[in-house]
Formats: sequence, structure tokens, C-alpha cells
Amino acid sequence: MTGLDDIRAPGAVTRGGLVLPHYPIPKDVHPSLDSPEYRSTALRHPTQPLQLMPQRLTEVTGPLLGEERVGELDHDLTRQHDGEPQGQRIIVHGRVLEEDGRPVPNTLVEVWQANAAGRYRHTGDNWPAPLDPNFTGVGRCMTDADGHYRFVTVKPGIYPWRNHDNAWRPSHIHFSLFGRAFTQRLITQMYFPDDPLFFQDPMWNSVRDENARQRMLCHYDHSATEAEWALGFRFDIVLRGPQASVFEEEDDDDE
Amino acid sequence: MSDQNAAVGAGGRLGVTPSQTVGPFLHIGLPWPDGPYVVPEGTAGAVWITGTVYDGAGQPVPDAVVETWQADPDGRFDHPDDPRGAAKPSIPGFRGFARCDTDADGRYRVLTVKPGPLPCPDGGTEAPHLDVTVLARGLLDRVVTRIYFPDEDAANAADPVMSAVPPDRRGTLVAEPDGDGGLRFDIRLQGDGETIFFEV
Ligand SMILES: [Fe+2]
Repeated sequence: MTGLDDIRAPGAVTRGGLVLPHYPIPKDVHPSLDSPEYRSTALRHPTQPLQLMPQRLTEVTGPLLGEERVGELDHDLTRQHDGEPQGQRIIVHGRVLEEDGRPVPNTLVEVWQANAAGRYRHTGDNWPAPLDPNFTGVGRCMTDADGHYRFVTVKPGIYPWRNHDNAWRPSHIHFSLFGRAFTQRLITQMYFPDDPLFFQDPMWNSVRDENARQRMLCHYDHSATEAEWALGFRFDIVLRGPQASVFEEEDDDDE
Repeated sequence: MSDQNAAVGAGGRLGVTPSQTVGPFLHIGLPWPDGPYVVPEGTAGAVWITGTVYDGAGQPVPDAVVETWQADPDGRFDHPDDPRGAAKPSIPGFRGFARCDTDADGRYRVLTVKPGPLPCPDGGTEAPHLDVTVLARGLLDRVVTRIYFPDEDAANAADPVMSAVPPDRRGTLVAEPDGDGGLRFDIRLQGDGETIFFEV
């Protein structure tokens, strides 16, 4: 017998003991922790090799955070104050999926971003761009049964930083995802198509594989655009998924 | 509707979305008021685990987030993928999960109870432990470590994860009594006493 439904059946046990899902480690996807072009990695990346840890009970489970983490207006960053924020109103939506295409339902999605002028509401962000009294820049929502999420916000502005000469971050929204297992935890950034600043951005370019980089882009989605109201963008997020592993047979001849 | 971002890769599986750093402004997006509480304040047997995140120059990291995940004191998870079955924790308000951003001095804190030991799929037993995710400006991907308990010498010695770690670095995985009834677990991202980090 094979298949994820079997792996995930509570109480599934083989002769060898507990049967757990296994999440293969993605290859050639994530950035190297040691990426010198992003200068802050210099003193913060481990220099010892990572120790391989087999996935056991703690790793294949994880927090199943629910609606109690999400307030009524947390998904709409344009309605969290008395007035409306400045900027281009946008709808960012998509699905949270596993590698085999299965949706991840009822999982918490968190976002944070700069305002339309490129400034964060953060004490550490002091560059001369205006704060917006009507914009906090923080959102949360749950995916639905089909893995779908949706935020309403404004397009974040581009902002400077001091990583290199005349350094600017492409427009982006920070995303935080849990999935259902500790192995699936993901923090990423969503970028917009045709940003002129990708060429000099060490975060975008820290993902070496061109195809993988493209997966950080949202796409304009006319079907999600609401007439005389807001532009739609689609961003699907793929988390590491469990592998359909082959079960040991009763009369297996082992390794 | 087609999933425009989720291009199908080799083997028919979708490509995973790459990790990026939390950046310097994580403090607006990630903390929750009740984030540090695996268990509610006042829970019997609860212990504060506190620590400082350090960089390779020995400087505190004020823009990090530490997250922990663990079993309950009975060694169970309220989670459908535990093949023993999901179990409601015996402690009211037990969440298993904590999240704390570091302060200006690089410090974080988590209020929790010691989890139970866990059976391994391949036999053997894992000592009580917390899985830890560290996120920070300057970390393009999370790093993962574990917190073990200092009063579990025998269980720690038999733990399969601990046993696979070079003996001279095992100490980086064990919290220390802080002299005030709590535990201390510092995280050194790089350099002298570098914490063991896992690929999982
Ligand atoms: Fe940012």
C-alpha cells in the first residue's frame, strides 16, 4: 500500500513501528546562508556544516494555528484605520500548495510590508519618506478549504538600504507560512513583475536558479481585478510536501 | 484555473517557493502579544527559557525571531500526522508553539513546560526537546536547532539526534539553569561555541 492518505491515517503502524510522512529536502531552491553580496550574512551564517537530522515526530507535526490568530480586518490592510492609505490599491491572492499540488487548507498566512512611499512603520526605518497615518502594513488571514488566501492592500514602495552603493529593494511583500509540519515553515518575499531593480538586489539574486527565482513573482490577474476599485495579483506559494513513500512489505528483505 | 506561479517541475512535482530573509522590520509583522507563551502564565511547572542570539562577532542580534515547537508533557501532539493519534493536551491553553522576537539586547524568552520523551519510528527514544527555528535579518533561510534539558543526562545521552552530534558540540544544545528557577539557552549563529544547526 502506498499513498499520502495512508501515511496520514492516524494510528497507521507497521511492523517497524510508527509510520511518519517524509518531507524531502528541496534541492537548488533556497539561498545559501553564506551569500556575500548580502553583507549582513557575513557574521550571521553558521560556518560549521549543518547536521542532518532525520524527521521524527516533532518535525512532521507543527502548530495548527487557527482563526483565533486573525482579527476581522486583518486581511484588509486598507481598512485598519479611520481613513484610507495612500497608494495603488491591490488585491493579492493565491493558493498555498504542497509540491504534489495538494492545497494546504486552514493555514495561517502572515504578511508585512512598506507603505506606498516605501517606508515601514518601524522605529528602525528613518529614511526621508513619509509615514502614512492610515497604514500599518501588517496582515493575517487563513487559507480556505481549497488553500486559497486573499489580502487587500496597497502596492508597497521601493526603499533604499545601505548594502551597497545606491542600493534599493525592489517592491516586495514579506510572507510567513506554517503549513502543517515544522518541516514546512517558510518565510519568503513576494515580488512584482518587471521591477527594474532586480539586477542589483542581493536578496532576489540569492536564489541562484532562474526558475526558482520566478516563483517569488506574483502575476497580474485581471480576473481578480475589481472594476473601478483594485488591481488583482496572483501569488501561489508552494511548500515542501510529503513524499508518497513505499511501505515496507510484511515479508520485506530489508536493506 | 491554472496556477501561474506553481510551475510543474521535473517529476511532476511543483517547485518549492524559495526562502527569503525576514529583513530588519520583522518586528512589525511577526510578534504576537501572547507569542512567548507555550503555556499560560501561572501554569504549574512552567519554566522561562531565556537567551540571547549572538552573531559571529559576539554581538547580540536585535532583529531575530526565535520560534519553538514541542510535544506536551505526555509526549503527545494534538496533530493528525502523529500516527499514535492526535491527543488533546492535559494542560489548559497548551499551544506547543512559541514565538518571540529579540529585543535591543538580542534577548528572547519562552514560557513552557518540559515535553515528554518521544518514541522513534526506528526504535529508541528521543529525550525531551524543543525544535527551534531562528529567523533574522542576514539569514536568507531559517536555521534550525534543538533545546534539550539539563536535568535529563541519561535521556540526553541516549537521544539519537544528540548522539549523532560531535561530542564537543553537544553542549550547545542543552539549556543551563539560570540560577533563578529558569533556563538559559543562548544561540550563537557563528564562531566560538557556534550552536549546532540541523538540516531537516
Ligand atoms: Fe522589506
